[in-house]
Amino acid sequence: MPRKDFADIAAARLPAATLAQNFDDVAPPLDRQSALIAAQRCYYCYDAPCIQACPTGIDIPSFIRRITTDNLRGAAQDILGANILGGMCARVCPTEILCEGSCVRNTAESQPVQIGALQRYATDWVFDTDAALFERAAATGRRIAVVGAGPAGLSCAHALARAGHDVTLFDAKPRPGGLNEYGIAEYKVLEFAAREIEWLLGIGGIAWQGGQALGENLHLSDLRRDYDAVFLGLGLAGVNALGVEGEQLAGVRNAVDFIADLRQCDDLSQLPVGRRVVVIGGGNTAIDAAVQSKKLGAESVTLVYRRGSASMSATWAEQEFAKTQGVNVIEWAAPRRILGRDGAVTSMEFEYTQLDESGRLLGTGDLLTLPADSVLKAIGQVLLPPRADGDAGALLEISKGRIVVNAEFETSLRGVWAGGDCVGGKVDLTVQAVEDGKRAARAIHARLVGNGNGGN
Amino acid sequence: MADLRNNFVGVRSPNPFWLASAPPTDKAYNVNRAFEAGWGGVVWKTLGLDPHVVNVSSRYGAVQWNGQRIAGLNNIELITDRPLQVNLDEIRQVKRDWPDRAMVVSLMVPCDEQSWKTILPMVEDTGCDAVELNFGCPHGMSERGMGSAVGQVPEYVEQVARWVKLHSRLPCIVKLTPNITDIRHSARAAFRGGADAVSLINTINSIVSVDLDLMAPTPTVDGKGTHGGYCGPAVKPIALNMVAEIARDSETPNLPISAIGGIGTWRDAAEFMALGAGNVQVCTAAMHYGFRIVDDMIAGLANWMDQKGYRTLEDFRGRAVPNVTDWKFLNLKYDIKALIDQDKCIKCGLCHIACEDTAHQAIRKEKDGKRHFEVDNAECVGCNLCMHVCPVDSCISMVRVDEGGYANWTTHENNPARVKEPA
Repeated sequence: MPRKDFADIAAARLPAATLAQNFDDVAPPLDRQSALIAAQRCYYCYDAPCIQACPTGIDIPSFIRRITTDNLRGAAQDILGANILGGMCARVCPTEILCEGSCVRNTAESQPVQIGALQRYATDWVFDTDAALFERAAATGRRIAVVGAGPAGLSCAHALARAGHDVTLFDAKPRPGGLNEYGIAEYKVLEFAAREIEWLLGIGGIAWQGGQALGENLHLSDLRRDYDAVFLGLGLAGVNALGVEGEQLAGVRNAVDFIADLRQCDDLSQLPVGRRVVVIGGGNTAIDAAVQSKKLGAESVTLVYRRGSASMSATWAEQEFAKTQGVNVIEWAAPRRILGRDGAVTSMEFEYTQLDESGRLLGTGDLLTLPADSVLKAIGQVLLPPRADGDAGALLEISKGRIVVNAEFETSLRGVWAGGDCVGGKVDLTVQAVEDGKRAARAIHARLVGNGNGGN
Repeated sequence: MADLRNNFVGVRSPNPFWLASAPPTDKAYNVNRAFEAGWGGVVWKTLGLDPHVVNVSSRYGAVQWNGQRIAGLNNIELITDRPLQVNLDEIRQVKRDWPDRAMVVSLMVPCDEQSWKTILPMVEDTGCDAVELNFGCPHGMSERGMGSAVGQVPEYVEQVARWVKLHSRLPCIVKLTPNITDIRHSARAAFRGGADAVSLINTINSIVSVDLDLMAPTPTVDGKGTHGGYCGPAVKPIALNMVAEIARDSETPNLPISAIGGIGTWRDAAEFMALGAGNVQVCTAAMHYGFRIVDDMIAGLANWMDQKGYRTLEDFRGRAVPNVTDWKFLNLKYDIKALIDQDKCIKCGLCHIACEDTAHQAIRKEKDGKRHFEVDNAECVGCNLCMHVCPVDSCISMVRVDEGGYANWTTHENNPARVKEPA
């Protein structure tokens, strides 16, 4: 492939077969034999630390024991009963800081039970056999609007449908799934996100309405009027800007858009990628964008983070993975400006940083310039608050960029609940969003049915 | 360097590891390979009178436990299914080729004097070193009045042993079935009949599993199954007890014992010999891993003996027998408490839940609001359960806390049959 001096962004840098191999399942499933060996390493701890470490409280020793007895339905019931997106979480959870990180096997052997892989083994059975694990309760006649079809919304919608309510699930995107569908590296969730949602919606009672953006063609005041309850699982749809010179140059994009394009791409050999890619940021989005650029055939991929690796929100395991995939990581360098020619990026200039005695991040004055055909920005996503429609938007209390909720996940608007990344609070993880949705559903159900007078 | 040479009822072998009468010793091919691998001797798979028996297809069932294959094995194979003369010719040749190895021939014929009188000279003529009487097989042959059908009746055991001693000059080892209530009765019968030794245990009557699709026991022969003989690691504790019971029985003083039952390592062998066995016989472990396992059995036993300062097998044989006693003589003043090594504890909580649910509620699970497992000595009775469930080596130890002294049940105030002075 001919190289260009700058703006070298092209598709088909690698043969189709290599691309297929690169984007294959990063952690292939366990077969029965390996699963049994892995499961037998579980000590079946009492009041196990791994359960405490799981935001959704999956009874991990129980499901693993069920695997050892070939009771896969039972294992799946344990998992999906606590976390309806247990299949996705088995693939994307940073288990190294959650269940596996707290496994007692770490103490003596530094080798936890492969909880994530086992969870995938048990849940794959469900999707492979299309097993129906849950039944809807008798219809309550109550109608609930769930806005946002990401992990929080899906979790909430399923729990409410299961309780007998009628749910309408709205999302601005054409397909449900949120970040699971648009925002996570392909090789982690290979052909899985849509399959999982299809199964989840199979419970019935959930009407899907894509292309409905809150504040545009969907209005909170209408939803509050037309439904018995509203749940907002809006995620963080906005992207932080770098705020440096040259950000408008061609070749500079948001990493989330690059990932979304990749996830929605049917033919990876048609997807352009820069020859020299610079990724800014230290989170999972940065890692996913960097690794996928490399897998698409970028000659060099450099991930630049303004602080040290310990401050990255990507876990050490994610960072290690990126390095083994050939991503070069530069720490302690902050973006200063993006340089270009003829309207396209040519390089990016950084200033090295350090902490002063009081712990503030300061530039050292030393500069670093990296040639770049493509710059991917991944310095965090922000809440796009629903536009005020009538009085509703104004009343939805927001603090520090997140929707304010009480312990029951109800917002400042009575009858409107919210959960997932848009409320924040704990960790911005799929598994936390699922838990939020589950708890909010419980609160909504209690309000609508529990006290007998329903609605608002 | 430890001397592993073994002399069992006059049968000499370079080490105490014999292969038991079973499929591994079915024919010259296998036995030659066993001797090449270093086995000290074999008990040739049981011979019977012609016409030879036939065997079925599908012969073994196994118990898997926690991922481990063959925790126990059962078989429904019968005695040799080859003509008697073929076996005798092979035995003669193998013994000639391996004169330093023990060649014992297992026999099972109908329970009448003539049958024994017929087969014994033929066997003796091969040049073999001894015969072992198979009174143990619990399946198939027992339906025909042989195997365990004989072994379960002490009078028959005694009678046949007597016939064998009458009609052969070969040392006679009686192989005992464990499918009885008190093994000592069978051993005493063999002893009275003049047997030179006993070997035990033969396999335990068993059904290893039920195929829930076929709704039939395994191994399944065209939809049906039958009880078979159980062996392998799972039976070792049963065999150890039976060997110990015979070793300390005053009615069978110094009766040589060839131990069988779940032996697969040098340590297993040392344990049986500490309980009085003169040597050991192995089958399942060889069937699982091949004859090469004897290599570690030889080296491991020798290294252990060197470490302990035992020069010959006799130096440690039977050393544990005096310490096998009756419950009533155990010291009631002995008191131990579990101690959890907090540096080794991985906080799995298994000790707590085992004690809390099923023992004495003596392990606390929390300290200062944190996950922490500690023994409450006031509640601990020293049962060892926590130590056994703890997955970490040497994390829980049992610490002696009593102030010495001895008192046993025979004089205890709660014993209605107590005596004044300890027995």
